[in-house]
Amino acid sequence: MSARNVNVFYGEKQAINNVSIDVDTDNVTAFIGPSGCGKSTFLRTLNRMNDTVASARVEGEITLDGEDIYSSGMDVVQLRARVGMVFQKPNPFPKSIYDNIAYGPRIHGLAAGKADLDIIVESSLRRAGLWEEVKDRLKESGTALSGGQQQRLCIGRAIAVEPEVILMDEPCSALDPIATAKIEELIHELRGRYAIVIVTHNMQQAARVSQRTAFFHLGNLVEYGVTSEIFTNPREDRTKDYITGRYG
Amino acid sequence: MAEQHTVKAFDDDINRLRGLIAEMGGRVETALEQAMTALVEQDYKKAKAVVLNDERIDALESEVEKLVVETIALRAPMADDLREVIAALKIVGVVERIGDYAKNIAKRVPKIGDHRTIEPLSLLPAMAQIAGEMVADALNAFAARNAMLAEAVIARDNVVDSFYNSIFRTLVTYMVENPKTISECAHLLFIAKNIERIGDHATNVAEMVYYAATGNYLPERDRETEIES
Repeated sequence: MSARNVNVFYGEKQAINNVSIDVDTDNVTAFIGPSGCGKSTFLRTLNRMNDTVASARVEGEITLDGEDIYSSGMDVVQLRARVGMVFQKPNPFPKSIYDNIAYGPRIHGLAAGKADLDIIVESSLRRAGLWEEVKDRLKESGTALSGGQQQRLCIGRAIAVEPEVILMDEPCSALDPIATAKIEELIHELRGRYAIVIVTHNMQQAARVSQRTAFFHLGNLVEYGVTSEIFTNPREDRTKDYITGRYG
Repeated sequence: MAEQHTVKAFDDDINRLRGLIAEMGGRVETALEQAMTALVEQDYKKAKAVVLNDERIDALESEVEKLVVETIALRAPMADDLREVIAALKIVGVVERIGDYAKNIAKRVPKIGDHRTIEPLSLLPAMAQIAGEMVADALNAFAARNAMLAEAVIARDNVVDSFYNSIFRTLVTYMVENPKTISECAHLLFIAKNIERIGDHATNVAEMVYYAATGNYLPERDRETEIES
């Protein structure tokens, strides 16, 4: 997935200035930066979540497999299946665990029948690292799970429609350290199969889970590079001041 | 110094670390200086004091190690902070070694006795002064995160090496001509070697400082002066 010269405006105010970046399945990409730097705004342009904000306007080009995702022919529902998203607070549907996973494949017609759907549900839950914990209670409500399990359910739900990219907007900020570690382990497992982009306020988390880190500041992409380099020897003073805790 | 951290306690930790290393450096410089004075003035009491004071240098090393581990665990330093903390850990190991060399010189003082007439003896204090300055400058460079000062230290190692070669040849000649002095001359040779090693260690410290300050390694340098042995 590739973004070129992307500008985002909320009304008159410009939130993102001329950002270009590529993300791929070989690397987990972390977006870091202080509050209001535009990292979440930019993440949301990658699957057109900003379409729902009336005043938001996106300029520039964002392509998925070479296809412009902002072209008039792009089916936004399809796009969001290909570019899945996981949010800060786990948001399972008030349905059974099974139906939470089966929902996407059903509406996108990915399963030929019940048996097929069962396979998708199991494999998605396995990939989300949740199968062993929920296999005997698939009919229970997804909202009855713990916060960490709910978040993995949401990741499983995103995986079920075979996305190419998974966007995560602070997926662990509402979770305890154990649940966080499980999500981080899951991100590690999913790397290589999906392009993963994670927005996080926790720099240690960015350092742990990602191979590429992008530092945003005041709507600009200040620095984008190999995570180990960013955290040991950043090129830009603004990056250094932020990651060493000297910012502001 | 770079801008302060939002968490002031982190600055306190870093400053404490720098303070400990500065103290250690000061003590090592003094140890070398006093060992050389003891040698020249044949002051056994002073020589003994150098040996005893080495304990404090070793204790400082442990203190820095402990503080570094704590800082990494509690503050999770990043970028130049991380490089500085790691450099501090490595530097104290080297500085402790330099202290050992000074102690070793002091221990030889009573063994040499009063053969004040041996000519190369006049070269040793000058050599030790340069090596001592290298140590001081390397540690000042660390405190100031000054890569240029670190580079200047490295450039001076050749002078120390030249001194060593000169002393080596003179002592060998002297021993051939005066076989009775071989035992004392051997001690002086080891002292010269110790000072030469101090220069090398100061160079290592300077290289670590350069990395901590810039994030880059200095290119491998060729020794301009071959060491005799």
